[in-house]
Amino acid sequence: MARLGIVKEGAGETRVAATPDTVTKLLLLGYEVVVERGAGAESSFPDSQYKAAGAIVADKKKTWASEIVMKVNAPTDAEIAGMTPGTTVIGVMAPGLRPELLAALAKRGLTAIALDAVPRISRAQSMDVLSSMANLGGYRAVIESAYEFGRLFTGQVTAAGKVPPAKVLVAGAGVAGLAAIGTASSMGAIVRATDPRPEVADQVKSIGGEYVAVEVDEKMASSDGYAKATSEAYDRRAAEIYSEQARDVDIIITTALIPGRPAPKLLTESDVASMKPGSVIVDMAAGMGGNVAGSKAGKRVVTANGVVILGYTDLPGRLPQQASQLFGTNMLNLLKLVTPEKDGKLSLDFDDVVQRSVTVVQDGAVTWPPPPVQVSAAPTVAAAEPVTPTEQKTMSPLRQGLLRGLGLAAVLAICAFAPAPLPQHFLVLMLSVVVGFYVIGKVHHALHTPLMSVTNAISGIVVVGAIAQLASPNIVVQVLAAVGVLLASINIFGGFAVTRRMLKMFSKGGNS
Amino acid sequence: MNIDMLTTAVYIVAALMFILSLAGLSKHETSRSGLTFGIAGMALALVATIASLALNSWGSTQSTIGLSLLVVVVLIGAGIGLWRARVVAMTGMPELIALLHSFVGLAAVLVGWNGALDSHDVPADFIGIHHGEVFIGVFIGAVTFTGSIVAFLKLSARIPSSPLMLPGKNLLNVGALLGFVGLTVWYIITPDIWLLVAVTVLALLLGWHLVASIGGGDMPVVVSMLNSYSGWAAAAAGFLLNNDLLIVTGALVGSSGAYLSYIMCKAMNRSFISVIAGGFGIPKPAAPGEEDEGEIHETDAASVAELLKAADTVIITPGYGMAVAQAQYPVAELTQRLIAKGVTVRFGIHPVAGRLPGHMNVLLAEAKVPYDIVLEMDEVNDDFASTAVVLVIGANDTVNPAAAEDPGSPIAGMPVLHVWEANTVVVFKRSMSSGYAGVQNPLFFRDNALMLFGDAKDRVEDIIKAL
Repeated sequence: MARLGIVKEGAGETRVAATPDTVTKLLLLGYEVVVERGAGAESSFPDSQYKAAGAIVADKKKTWASEIVMKVNAPTDAEIAGMTPGTTVIGVMAPGLRPELLAALAKRGLTAIALDAVPRISRAQSMDVLSSMANLGGYRAVIESAYEFGRLFTGQVTAAGKVPPAKVLVAGAGVAGLAAIGTASSMGAIVRATDPRPEVADQVKSIGGEYVAVEVDEKMASSDGYAKATSEAYDRRAAEIYSEQARDVDIIITTALIPGRPAPKLLTESDVASMKPGSVIVDMAAGMGGNVAGSKAGKRVVTANGVVILGYTDLPGRLPQQASQLFGTNMLNLLKLVTPEKDGKLSLDFDDVVQRSVTVVQDGAVTWPPPPVQVSAAPTVAAAEPVTPTEQKTMSPLRQGLLRGLGLAAVLAICAFAPAPLPQHFLVLMLSVVVGFYVIGKVHHALHTPLMSVTNAISGIVVVGAIAQLASPNIVVQVLAAVGVLLASINIFGGFAVTRRMLKMFSKGGNS
Repeated sequence: MNIDMLTTAVYIVAALMFILSLAGLSKHETSRSGLTFGIAGMALALVATIASLALNSWGSTQSTIGLSLLVVVVLIGAGIGLWRARVVAMTGMPELIALLHSFVGLAAVLVGWNGALDSHDVPADFIGIHHGEVFIGVFIGAVTFTGSIVAFLKLSARIPSSPLMLPGKNLLNVGALLGFVGLTVWYIITPDIWLLVAVTVLALLLGWHLVASIGGGDMPVVVSMLNSYSGWAAAAAGFLLNNDLLIVTGALVGSSGAYLSYIMCKAMNRSFISVIAGGFGIPKPAAPGEEDEGEIHETDAASVAELLKAADTVIITPGYGMAVAQAQYPVAELTQRLIAKGVTVRFGIHPVAGRLPGHMNVLLAEAKVPYDIVLEMDEVNDDFASTAVVLVIGANDTVNPAAAEDPGSPIAGMPVLHVWEANTVVVFKRSMSSGYAGVQNPLFFRDNALMLFGDAKDRVEDIIKAL
């Protein structure tokens, strides 16, 4: 049975890697849990609550001496030096950006698990700290901007005059962006959002935002998505949109990040300078180089024209209680995965994509990056699959036109060469088909079954043909026609009767 | 004005009434008047046809025999039809409709045959076209007939609903079509009766094979497709008999069936061709190590009752399993109880739930669930995230998150009900077997999913007791 150590974070970090709630569940996995004194203080989780949950509250030395150390942020050099070789440390490591950290961890003979390296597959969603933290960060970005902004978000008409609503632009509709859009629109602001992926337009709309599309002539295939850099024409048009929006809106929240690369610059100095005094910009990418010219990581900057630029990098940490709870749950889900037997023994299974990806250092050897074959298995399929349907759906206009032309030519040929009554019949047929499509297209989904039984009864009209043949001099024909009339009349009477029965059952709430 | 002109006028009015009938059925409020229009149109058409038959050949022996035959068979037909309509259970609706389609198909075949046997008054320069029309009518009618019979047998579980897999089945279908074209040309040149027999047999076999190779889960598409065919069969008979009413009505029914099939196919994110060609029922090998392992959380009726008591919003998503278990009455009672307790209860219906378009709506209506809380997938899908409890009753593939999240899944891209976004999902299921598509459902392994095993009807009744 291994011991889990929940250590106190360094200065400036309000979160903690486990809460009393998750401690209870960690104990169920068979671990012994030790919490450093005061570890949860900043998140309003006093030691007494951890004790009540079943953890041992101990001093720093004992906690760090645990077999498994759970942290929010990566350990510092001093902390690494203080750990016993063979210890496993779990936290946010940014393995792609900090090779020196991985080297230091490896040199000390440790095993390191990076929670921010979980692959983007649905099974791993429950451990994805980037998503859970981005969600909180998006909310908090709006709150911070509201605090700096000297006006109401919502528009009001009062006896003392009219107050216009605030206009908010959210750049990037990822997890953080969507959270920001939802928060700002629920506070009453007019929210617009930009994103290079046109498929997010619906998501933006669904939470109350307005999607500002970057429209360029050359169509950017969405299947390429993020991987490639956006084209030059696209970039030019996007820059124009940001300039237009900057002059118009009151608050801009930027969330644009490209994995493994510095954040893209979206707002230039002149864009910022064109904003109204008192406007607020929250640059959520400030820690990665920033989306906004002039933003400083972790700092509040006021420009010459009175625009406030917030570059806070600890936005989730400003909601410490819930940030810790979500972080702790991500951590718990990871431990569930690596403790399949619930026996308090951590075992890493490198055949599992998720476990392979998060393990960045194992027993003193750097194991980052994970082998591309395994990890990219899901993404390649993801990239390849959507391409086919889009191609199917957007048949080239030329081909479509050609097909239509052929169809019309066929109709023309038939009608031109067919003798007397046929062309009239075709006219009737065509018109009826068109009328049918328009009439049926409006039918309520719930009435599809009654519709089908009525059309079924109506198609019993074939009886008219059979009746006409009843008077034939040929006795065989007469018998066959009689059988036809019999079948069709079962259809007519049965179809209408069953429809009536069904329609009687449909009743609206209240009058049933 | 003679009787023929009057008949034509009545036919036009009848055709208009059929259009009004279908238009009326588009809304709940006007649906009953729509039905009345349909019945009135049919009655007018029948009266006009019989009157013209009687007046045109009054006194002749054939006419007397014909009219007496008519009265007898219409009475028998009406009796059988009304009796079936009265006794059919709402869960048996798909079978009944499939069977009725087969009648139209067979009637169309008979009309076509009669057209061939009794072609003495066809003008000589038109005889080739007449023969072509006979063939087309017989072909469509016969395909509809056997197709509907197979659909009926599958839906009523008289034959297994798994798809039939003949080697080279697409070749067989295409071959049958080519054979039909060849036989038609031959018959136009030399009208021999054995050719008519051959084409009838060919079409009967094709109809049987087409539907036999489509699996049970695709039945909503198949039934509406057969509906469409029965319409085209009537339209073909109209061409043959020079009767515009038949053409109008057939085209209306044909396009309505085609449109419904299109809706169904879109709901399954599949092309019409792929449904017709079958083959969806073959379980594909699951992607190794993806999603299909995990732990399920079993629960019992009492805990679900507790959960429902504490909930403020509940969405129920029924599927074919509810129809099989006849659980619609207890579900309706549960709904009433919850509404009485102040819980907001709604139903989310996937377009392909059940075995017939709109099947679930009919079952819920039968159990007196008010139709304004029964919503379509698109109306309800955004609300799952703010819903406390979702009850999944006998649905599987239509709530499978793999369709939305796992691009490697065989059902990837199919629109599904996003039940997993709710706080808690309770899944009523008989066992852990996979759904019709043969795809494992990762929903069952989610942390917010609770499994309630057993017969859906019994379990819902247990919950009502516990409430």
